[in-house]
Amino acid sequence: MTDILAVAEHRRGDLRDVSYELVTAGRQLADETGGELHLAVISGTVEDFAEKLNREGVDAIHTVTDGEEFNHDIYTQTVTQLADALDPQYVLIPNSVNGLDYAPAVGANLERPLITDTIALTTEGQTLTATREMYGGKVETTTELEGPAVVTIRSAEWPKAEGTSDATIESFEPEIDEGAIRSTVTGFEEVGSGDVDISDAEVLVSVGRGIDEEENLEIIHELADALDATVSSSRPIVDNGWLPKNRQVGQSGKVVTPDVYIAIGISGAVQHVAGMKGSDTIVAINTDPNAPIMDIADYAITDDLFDVVPALTEAFQ
Amino acid sequence: MKILVPVTEVATVEDEFEIEGTAIAEQYLGADLNEWDDYAIEEAVQLQEAGVADEVVTVTIGPEECEQTIRQALAKGADRAVRLWDDALEDIDLLGVDAKAELLSAVVDDEDPDLVLTGVQAGDDAFGATGVSLAATVGYEWAAVVNHLEHDFEDGVASVRRELEGGVEELTDIELPAVLTIQTGINEPRYASLRGIRQAQRKPLDVLELADLGVDESAIGSAITLTEMYEPESESDATIWEGGAEETAGKLADLLREKGVAQ
Repeated sequence: MTDILAVAEHRRGDLRDVSYELVTAGRQLADETGGELHLAVISGTVEDFAEKLNREGVDAIHTVTDGEEFNHDIYTQTVTQLADALDPQYVLIPNSVNGLDYAPAVGANLERPLITDTIALTTEGQTLTATREMYGGKVETTTELEGPAVVTIRSAEWPKAEGTSDATIESFEPEIDEGAIRSTVTGFEEVGSGDVDISDAEVLVSVGRGIDEEENLEIIHELADALDATVSSSRPIVDNGWLPKNRQVGQSGKVVTPDVYIAIGISGAVQHVAGMKGSDTIVAINTDPNAPIMDIADYAITDDLFDVVPALTEAFQ
Repeated sequence: MKILVPVTEVATVEDEFEIEGTAIAEQYLGADLNEWDDYAIEEAVQLQEAGVADEVVTVTIGPEECEQTIRQALAKGADRAVRLWDDALEDIDLLGVDAKAELLSAVVDDEDPDLVLTGVQAGDDAFGATGVSLAATVGYEWAAVVNHLEHDFEDGVASVRRELEGGVEELTDIELPAVLTIQTGINEPRYASLRGIRQAQRKPLDVLELADLGVDESAIGSAITLTEMYEPESESDATIWEGGAEETAGKLADLLREKGVAQ
């Protein structure tokens, strides 16, 4: 039991980047355990996906034709049965919304411990050492566990696998218990369209939790007017209903790449950073000098936004 | 319909803190109701107010100190609470997902709810997996990262929206009984009213130990050991402007003009 089984992710006909990152993470663990890297690709146009996934370091790809799109009941049953058949030391799954919709069930079915949202992994003998964040990214931890496990990996932490391989591609036919399929995906909907497309903006004035109250947003709008910029925000502002969903920057919102991104009272959670790190120039205004946003900012003011923002607006009026 | 809401008290950390061994030094820690669970409670209470749910019960794994947080949930409208604790849990510094699911599953067996609503993740350990693991353990159906729930439950089906990455929502029908993990933004959590706070003091709060649940101590022995905790190395190479607000705002204004902003 030294092999690695990694489960690719796709949506609406496209493999997601994290699938190629899984190949890199999986290959590293396979090298450390002295085993093979097996991939599983489930539902949809699996032959086409398998061809694309046949990258350097992959030993075998198991294709499963059941299902069109992601359905967690099919994924759970299939991955459980594949793991029973292959007996891999580790099952690797993306720490995505869909990954978190079936990985814990696979862990429970296999009676294996589960470690989620890992950002680095290393293994020696039977011991897996996983690095994770806690307390909203304020600390990193290393955790150890013995024996086989189910592990989810955070996206964009491993490079995407490149090159090609000559992996064996085999069809796997799980015995799907139709009675245990008790969920049905009925459709998809794009959200966040509206009057403004923040992904087109050249200058974004983006506001986060630090603004405290809805009425305080006024100073953000005044600054945006003075700079001829567009207002965007991090998740809590949209959750509070202070700005519409189409203004949300981040993993579950929009990815933006403006010339200038001014992050005001935004701490910089990983989900937010995923949506704006490609901005040309990033300016952070935040009272906490250790906030994660400082790691990706080009310029920073560690001061109270309620002092700095009005002063900045005045400079442009 | 009975709704069970697993609620967690999370540790909160001040901006500046110190680490002692594999934990944050106690003086920098606070405690609060887990943000995601607050939305789950609100959703359950709204279902009760809509006449869909007959009873909302919370369940919390935690020592006596967290009863204040449990009372917050009761003050917002939950009918009664269950708290799970045992001496055997005292020394575990990181309770694994499987152990949490095992403990909560014993309460699901007892309570037999139609619906379990809980937060997507806890703000401290951030595993994001307890809900789905619980569903698999008790044989319930489930959905993770739900940001909309229809309140009609026609034919015993919950119609939900799951928030995927990149501004896409998945529409899914889930057969009951089910566990739904609730994403922030699904509703607007209420503040507890003074009347609610007073009433919460009188609502039942049962405390159960492992033996009461019929859970063996070996089931909660976590496979995961926390070996190190440290502050992430700052990769910042940002130019930090110093001085008063006028001065720093002036420097930023100069930069923005240089970049051609507002010209």
